[in-house]
Amino acid sequence: MRVVIAEDLALLRDGLTRLLQAFDFEVVGSVDNGPSLLPALMNHRPDVAVVDVRLPPTFTDEGLQAAVAARTELPGLPILVLSQHVEQLYARELLTDGAGGVGYLLKDRVSNVGQFIDAVRRVAAGGTVMDPEVVAQLLARRRRDDPLADLTPREREVLASMAEGRSNAAIATKLFVTEKAISKHINNIFSKLGLPPSDDDNRRVLAVLAYLNS
Amino acid sequence: MVGHNWPVDEATVDPRKAVALARQWLGRGVRAALLAPLVAVLSLGVNLPLFILSVVSLALMPVLGIGFALFPVVTALVRPAVGVQRRLARTFGVDIPRPYRPVPAVPYGTWARFRHTVTDPATWLDFAWLLPGAITGFVLGLVGFVVTAYGLEGVLHVPLLLYGIVDWYGYGVFWPMDNAFEAWLALPQGALLLVIGLTAAPWLLWVHYSFARFFLSPTRSAELRRRVQRLTETRADAVDTQAAELRRIERDLHDGAQARLVSLSMNIGLAEELMKRDPDAAVRLLAEARESSGAALADLRSLVRGIHPPVLAERGLDGAVHAIALAVPADVDLDIDVPGDLPTPVESAAYFAVAEALANIAKHSGARTATVHMRHTGEALWISVTDDGAGGADPAAGTGLRGIERRLAAFDGTMVVVSPPGGPTVVTMELPCALSSPKTSPSSGTG
Repeated sequence: MRVVIAEDLALLRDGLTRLLQAFDFEVVGSVDNGPSLLPALMNHRPDVAVVDVRLPPTFTDEGLQAAVAARTELPGLPILVLSQHVEQLYARELLTDGAGGVGYLLKDRVSNVGQFIDAVRRVAAGGTVMDPEVVAQLLARRRRDDPLADLTPREREVLASMAEGRSNAAIATKLFVTEKAISKHINNIFSKLGLPPSDDDNRRVLAVLAYLNS
Repeated sequence: MVGHNWPVDEATVDPRKAVALARQWLGRGVRAALLAPLVAVLSLGVNLPLFILSVVSLALMPVLGIGFALFPVVTALVRPAVGVQRRLARTFGVDIPRPYRPVPAVPYGTWARFRHTVTDPATWLDFAWLLPGAITGFVLGLVGFVVTAYGLEGVLHVPLLLYGIVDWYGYGVFWPMDNAFEAWLALPQGALLLVIGLTAAPWLLWVHYSFARFFLSPTRSAELRRRVQRLTETRADAVDTQAAELRRIERDLHDGAQARLVSLSMNIGLAEELMKRDPDAAVRLLAEARESSGAALADLRSLVRGIHPPVLAERGLDGAVHAIALAVPADVDLDIDVPGDLPTPVESAAYFAVAEALANIAKHSGARTATVHMRHTGEALWISVTDDGAGGADPAAGTGLRGIERRLAAFDGTMVVVSPPGGPTVVTMELPCALSSPKTSPSSGTG
């Protein structure tokens, strides 16, 4: 699988490269600033890009802007965005095109190598992966007349895992129940939230996130 | 100094505006005509005795030091009396700030008290005003009142005559009055005088207080002294806050990230040792180390957010406020129009102020909707945060709003909280600052 990396700190860039190479990814390009990211993506057309939000020269959100711009040029280009902090605002911007193939994770998550590599693969396959913290923020933001209040604690757990982009099988393993039980929970959640049912994992995640973000 | 608002703005053809102007004229006129006798009485009945007292206490200065003890007492009487005039002045569009230096907490009769009294130039300016003020206040107040009252009498002359309240003596140019026609002519004469009186009374009092302002407002140096005092206070506050912040950061780093990194390196070192002998234990330790590194990162993240939120660095005030709004459990409307770059410290203060105001919504008010307005007026950043919650917020009660107040004070900024029980709560903040270049939004830069 071909990857492009955008990260300005050499230490982290090399670390990511080494990590991905160890899991049989081919790092076809790595850039250390915002302006050269878009050309690199257009040139290499990688299977997935791993992009830091904050890049030179402005050290603001150049990486995120480049990622959004690249997906306008190449719709559905899988991009995993990494950051030292997560903001719902950014999650929303990444998700707006509804095309999938988007990930948004804290840099900390890289330390759990297995999960990180799994996330990269899922994004590359067109899935949606949101950091648990984004999901937690979304769920914590209780509103009045909140339909989430009707969910059982178990259903909330399932919803959180789903928003992180996990498949039914993965959720079942995580919660130590059968896949069938999970799909029952998911049907309940969808009917309580008034969302149209869907079998496609990614569509499902996007629907949930769009709902939570609204 | 606030400019006066006389004469009345010129009338325009718009009838609604004309009606409004007429009502404004009438309101001012009536108020001035009613207050004019009070001003006249105060000027004569208060200023004159105080002037005489002051002169007597000064004259007694050489006699056994009686004046030395008496003069500060007289001054203490003069100041509130002049204070009443200051308040009246404001009703007539003349703003006269208090010029006095802070009074030392020492009893009358002491040298310090006396020294304070005689060295404050405001004491002598008050004294200098007492007599001329008595004259202008009495004459102008009386004229304003008498003209209006005489006009009113003319308008009501015939009915008053019929009911026998006034005698058949005369009015205006007809003196004495010979017949009923001349009695009726009192009406137009009275009306004219009434209009003149109602127009002139506010103006006369404005003249009186503009004259008073000449004496009673702070001298340039007194104004500067007050400014210096205020700056000294806010600077001390800012320095204190800064020091407390640094102390908190130091403690958070020491107890949080630093401690976790120590345990992390211990675990890694131990795992290194165990790698050969007990690989399973080594793996467990490494997993623990990873967890500990995650916790250290989380600590650092929340610390960084408290120092300078990354989203503020990345998106500027506009974007950062959007980000806060997303996290608040109410629908937040944003109306932000700041066409330029704010100085970074101001931006940061404004961010934390809005964050605190919105956090209060989550914590206390239970509002469904909130609105954030943000404007730059050319001289100041103006922010208001409104919510439809329970109200009853009191900046004196909580540390949060007090904290904002202090943070803003460092920039000469102010905060006003209006929060009646039952709501709505409106927090208004003003931060004097200049905008630098036209906005080049960080979010619109090329990738």
